[in-house]
Amino acid sequence: MSDRRDGAPEAALDAEDAAAPVDGEGGDAPSPDGGHAAATPSTHTVRLELVDEPGQLLAALHPIADNGGNLLSIYHERGNKTPRGRIPVEVDFEATPERFEEIVDALRSEGVNVMQAGTERYAEEVTLLLFGHLIDTDLSDTLSRIEACESASVADVSLAAPQGTEEASSARLRLEARAGETEAALSAVRELATEKELRVVEPLTGVDA
Amino acid sequence: MRLAVIGAGAVGRSVVELAGEYGHEVVAVADSSSAVVADGTGGTGGPGSDGRAGVDPDAVAARKAERGIVGDDDPADALAADYDVLVEATPTTLGDAEPGFSHVTTALERDRHAVLANKGPVAERFGDLRAAVDDSDGEIRFEATVGGAIPAVSTVEDIEPGHVTAVRGVLNGTANFILTRMAAEGLDYDHVLAEAQDLGVAEADPSFDVDGTDAALKCVILANVLSFGAVDDPTDAREFTLEDADVSGIRDVPGSALRLAAEDGRTVRLIGEATGEAVRVAPRLVPENGTLAVSGTQNIVQIETSHAGRLNISGRGAGGPETASAVLGDVGRLE
Repeated sequence: MSDRRDGAPEAALDAEDAAAPVDGEGGDAPSPDGGHAAATPSTHTVRLELVDEPGQLLAALHPIADNGGNLLSIYHERGNKTPRGRIPVEVDFEATPERFEEIVDALRSEGVNVMQAGTERYAEEVTLLLFGHLIDTDLSDTLSRIEACESASVADVSLAAPQGTEEASSARLRLEARAGETEAALSAVRELATEKELRVVEPLTGVDA
Repeated sequence: MRLAVIGAGAVGRSVVELAGEYGHEVVAVADSSSAVVADGTGGTGGPGSDGRAGVDPDAVAARKAERGIVGDDDPADALAADYDVLVEATPTTLGDAEPGFSHVTTALERDRHAVLANKGPVAERFGDLRAAVDDSDGEIRFEATVGGAIPAVSTVEDIEPGHVTAVRGVLNGTANFILTRMAAEGLDYDHVLAEAQDLGVAEADPSFDVDGTDAALKCVILANVLSFGAVDDPTDAREFTLEDADVSGIRDVPGSALRLAAEDGRTVRLIGEATGEAVRVAPRLVPENGTLAVSGTQNIVQIETSHAGRLNISGRGAGGPETASAVLGDVGRLE
């Protein structure tokens, strides 16, 4: 099992490599034999995040099969939990690049959280600081309200309250945001902070300084 | 070039002192209450000890130190003197940006150039200044207003503002010194502020620096450069003032927040960001050993370009000679 998992990123890379020339031809001219270039299927890996309830796995596989994906393997990491308390599932299938895009879209529209497709990761991590009267303003409520926001979940919390509970304290939060929703997650935190008169130290996102 | 230097603080005095080295001549110096104008005949300023016809920098420095005045003339005489470039180095004022704004427009009305070290006019009345420049044969330059010795404005101009997507950086040495010391020593804001005041890094009233106003003004200036520089018709440009900036300072950042950041390989810096659409200054989490995490009073300007990736320029963001070097660089560009 663990071998299979370690091999996954490589497999994903291979799949991307294999897809690249096909894309290139498709964008240029018809291939030499006159056929249309985009027809060659290649292997793709997607990482999904499922709620631990009966029928969820099957529901996630339907959009793949229904959109012309040829299922190769399914790795269901029951022992693991994602930061959102869900179960990560890795699925390998064959599809043409065009179909692959449709499959990812179909999974999304079924409400399945696609964490990674091919080499592209769809979960974004963001670390921020909160400070102020964290304890007095009910830290667990703060965290569960961030958790309740669609865009993100709280992966990790460190708290420092050096002056006891009545003075200002600080917390470092690591959030896992859905693909492209980091800004939405940050603005949810910002709003909550304004309401509770807390201060947020945001990261410089999109800047690998 | 013949310079009239208005403002005799650290920057103004350094400009007077260094102008000769750059091949320029100071023909007038004024502070808020006095002035000295070289009349070329051996008047108050007289021919300097070096035999030049300009104002003697040593005599100005001595009078300022001993009597608190730069000379026996009236400040209005300096504004009316026969100069090529007016150097506006009076303290930054907000709102109508006076008297700096009028000093600059007076020069432009006489078809002379102006070089600003004073942030007020370019941050608060950029549109008015552009209009005054359009009616004049003179030009304005203001490199010294952003990042001291760092050539931020001229680099953006070289790349062309239309090809710069954002400028960000650490633009206040006092705030950066405080954050650096808080992280290094595990001390709280009040402790480190007192230390900074003892060292002369922070002023008695540090509000302008620690509340982010100073960094915001610099970012507003950059936003104006980006906005006006990207359009052909200035009436299409969005003008920024301090009011348009979203600003929060470092006053209430607790030491514990910096410790939590350090545990995770990060630190906090007061980061200013400017685009042609927005200005924001706030304490931000940055990688501890990252480019933006400059220490002490250092500044850094990071320029994001459309075709040339990212440029980083770090250096001294304040200080008399440092800022004067930016002023004199501007004077050189006007020749």
